Amino acid sequence: MNRQIVKLFGLIVVLFAVLIGFTSYWAVFDAKALKGKEANARPLLEQQQIRRGRILAADGTVLAKSVAKGHGAGRRYSRRYPQGSLYGHPIGYSFVRQGDSEFEKFHNDELVGSESEFGSILEQLSGRSQEGDDIVTNIDPAAQQVAMSSLQEQGFGAVVAIEPASGRVEVLASNPPYDPNRVPYELEKFNLNTLERPLFDRATQGTYPPGSTFKVVTAAAGLDSGLITPQTAFAAPSPLEVEAQPLENDFNESFPPISLDTALTSSVNTWFAQLGQKLGESTLFEYMDRFGFNSTPAIDLPSDQVYKSGVYDEEELLGPGDPVDIARVAMGQERLAVTPLQMAEVAAAVANGGKLMKPQIWSRVIDPDGRVTKRLDPSEYSRPIDGQTAEELTTAMQGVVSEGTGTNAAIPGVQVAGKTGTAETPGNESCGGGEAENQAWFIGFAPAEDPQVAIAATVECTERFGNDAAAPIFKAVAESILASEGS
Amino acid sequence: MNALRSPARNRELLALIPVALLLSAGFAAVFAQENARLGNLSLVYGAYFLAVCLATHAYLRMRLPDADPYLFPLVALLTAFGLVMVYRIDESLARDQANWFVLGLVLFALTIHFLRDYDVLERYRYTIAGAGLLLLLAPRLPGIGQQVNGAYLGVKLGPLAFQPAEFSKICLVVFLASYLREHREVLIVGARRVLGVTLPPLKHLGPLLVVWGASMLMLVFIRDLGSSLMFFAAFLALLYVATGRFSFVVIGMALFLLGAWFFASTVPHVHDRVEIWLNPYNEPAGNGYQILQSIFAQADGGLFGKGFGQALIDFPGTHRALLPAAQTDTIYSLIVNELGLFGACGVILTYLLVSARGFKIALLADDGFSKLLATGLTAVFAIQAFVIVGGVTRVIPLTGVTLPFISYGGSSIVANFVLLALLLLISDRARREAAR
Repeated sequence: MNRQIVKLFGLIVVLFAVLIGFTSYWAVFDAKALKGKEANARPLLEQQQIRRGRILAADGTVLAKSVAKGHGAGRRYSRRYPQGSLYGHPIGYSFVRQGDSEFEKFHNDELVGSESEFGSILEQLSGRSQEGDDIVTNIDPAAQQVAMSSLQEQGFGAVVAIEPASGRVEVLASNPPYDPNRVPYELEKFNLNTLERPLFDRATQGTYPPGSTFKVVTAAAGLDSGLITPQTAFAAPSPLEVEAQPLENDFNESFPPISLDTALTSSVNTWFAQLGQKLGESTLFEYMDRFGFNSTPAIDLPSDQVYKSGVYDEEELLGPGDPVDIARVAMGQERLAVTPLQMAEVAAAVANGGKLMKPQIWSRVIDPDGRVTKRLDPSEYSRPIDGQTAEELTTAMQGVVSEGTGTNAAIPGVQVAGKTGTAETPGNESCGGGEAENQAWFIGFAPAEDPQVAIAATVECTERFGNDAAAPIFKAVAESILASEGS
Repeated sequence: MNALRSPARNRELLALIPVALLLSAGFAAVFAQENARLGNLSLVYGAYFLAVCLATHAYLRMRLPDADPYLFPLVALLTAFGLVMVYRIDESLARDQANWFVLGLVLFALTIHFLRDYDVLERYRYTIAGAGLLLLLAPRLPGIGQQVNGAYLGVKLGPLAFQPAEFSKICLVVFLASYLREHREVLIVGARRVLGVTLPPLKHLGPLLVVWGASMLMLVFIRDLGSSLMFFAAFLALLYVATGRFSFVVIGMALFLLGAWFFASTVPHVHDRVEIWLNPYNEPAGNGYQILQSIFAQADGGLFGKGFGQALIDFPGTHRALLPAAQTDTIYSLIVNELGLFGACGVILTYLLVSARGFKIALLADDGFSKLLATGLTAVFAIQAFVIVGGVTRVIPLTGVTLPFISYGGSSIVANFVLLALLLLISDRARREAAR
């Protein structure tokens, strides 16, 4: 019988080997696929057990935090946004079931503390549960509040404010807002609201016709390429035949030979159309590229939630060589579509002596023990124009505010440089019909001699013009930021 | 005198110490995880455990000085491991488990005391077989039977509730060992070749068909695929060892599969079990929930596991089970989750070592009954471990069988200690005779 007993034992060995084989399959080889199964709640539940770091405004105001429910192994965290809808953009949301967006998504690794692999192994060994790092942003809460309430007076739109010298994003507001605290309950409703689109961050994803604010880019190209100087003067008749279509100035006014200052102050369309024609496609597109057009802005937000600015044919960006009416591009018409963030970057580059800094929302990362583990090191994105061009352009833009189309942006005792824009968008379906079909803009910076802040403000589907709808927003936000920086 | 100098017992004593240390370390890990009183409570538990084991060891030293020295430490290791796992799930369950462990050891001692001459079992084999069958059918008896998850597994006599299948497996093995010891000659000699297949003589086929019938009956009446499979596999193992005829095993296997297939298509509960096994994703929140969660729990473990106390058993903050029956059926999945593939291999290896020692005893024993009894007890033990681990790893359909010595459950612990006592009794005699 002994032979059979040994064989039987052999069979048991084989059977147990099968068990080990199956266990290794589930625990190791197929583990990744199993974790992705919809029926598997474990990955979600584990996420809930990590205390995600807080997100703070520049002054320490808590914008997002995690609150615990339950104790011990049953403890789980969920996200709270104490400021409600004010920071729905750009902070976004992060929930286990609904996913994440915007700043929460971009900085997820730091917020869950999974930055260093070595650190997390150490923590596992020491039995410490994973904890996220806090992130302090550059957002100025007072100015964000001012931006949001000013926007809400004027209509749907967005405001972006950047510190020119560092690229710090101090305000990023989009109206209508949404309350991220409601996302677990109303995400579907937010998504179905195609009229207001509250989850749509107009500051980074709204691609609007820039209107006359784009003349700043055209002027910068003209001056920096040496094609014109501030003294170069030429006539600007109205109407002017361009591409077989008449192009008119406001009130169909014709101008005798004028220089850049006058042309920008009075926003003379036909003057910039001619400048655009002289520059040609390749030069103008080159300067657009230098200012960051045609690329995803280098801001710390998920790249699929930040749109490129440029001349669009449907979904496709056009470049030099494509059939483009360059004269109308030069004055901000044609199929130009730009984000408020991009226009704020244009203003910031001029304000910073021609150096464009990478716009960044985050400022520092603080670990659970209170140590600063990372600090924003401002870096240059590009140098679209030289210092002299920036200076000459600033002078011209000051005229816009002091005596031109943008007088509502003027701040008593402060020199403001800026440019208005009013793009007519007839038949714009997103405005829901009616007369209110203007896209009102103001971009600028202050103080002109030592710029502390560069701002782009825009209001969509309004009956009013840039100076009436957007310039007051600029003024209010700039005043708020200058007041807090002066104090 | 001989007892004090027994080399086998000295080896056993040495092996018990790491087991107690392991238990202390396990409790310490669970305490550390729960941030509770780390202090020396884990050492206190370890000391209690060591004391109980030493008492048992002293008893073995007196009564069975020559018995296998590794079986008891291996089983103590499994028990210690089970205690830590159950403690980690629920403190009060672990207290029950510890009581049963002690009760199991008392029955272990009683078995050794009264069955020192275990040949007496042979005389009562039909009584034992009848008792075994009665135990099996008890859950279907009105008044005392209990239905669990569609299967009839439990019996409740007043305050005492137990799973009779755990005890009946021992009865069945005793009967089969005795019966086959007597009839193995005629089964071999009388075998005839019919159509190229060696068949046992018809006259002696009867009792074997009865066993087959009993297994089928279990499928229908008890609706317990797991126990049925376990019993029948043990039967085939014994039949093979007794006769050396592999063809008998093949025929038995075919008969079982035929019956199982027939009942799987007619008895809804059995059919469901097979259906869930094949297509768990059809009803991920319904019938397939347990097996899927069992596998997801393993997927979470990886190579090294998440550590003691780290796995999710309930939905956080609720008492809704994420891993159903974690203390019984799916305890192996929890082990994989917390200790990883390596921990699981350790557990399987321990079962393999127990089996190896069990079969070693069978090899050493020199009379037929001892050989067959040791083989049968070891086989039924190993197969039980295979049935439940195979169930939670989707090797075979998942059925409610306990993981011997680890799963929470009094019947299982007590019955398996009786099984261990019998193995040690056989071992003591065999080794003494071999030494002589």
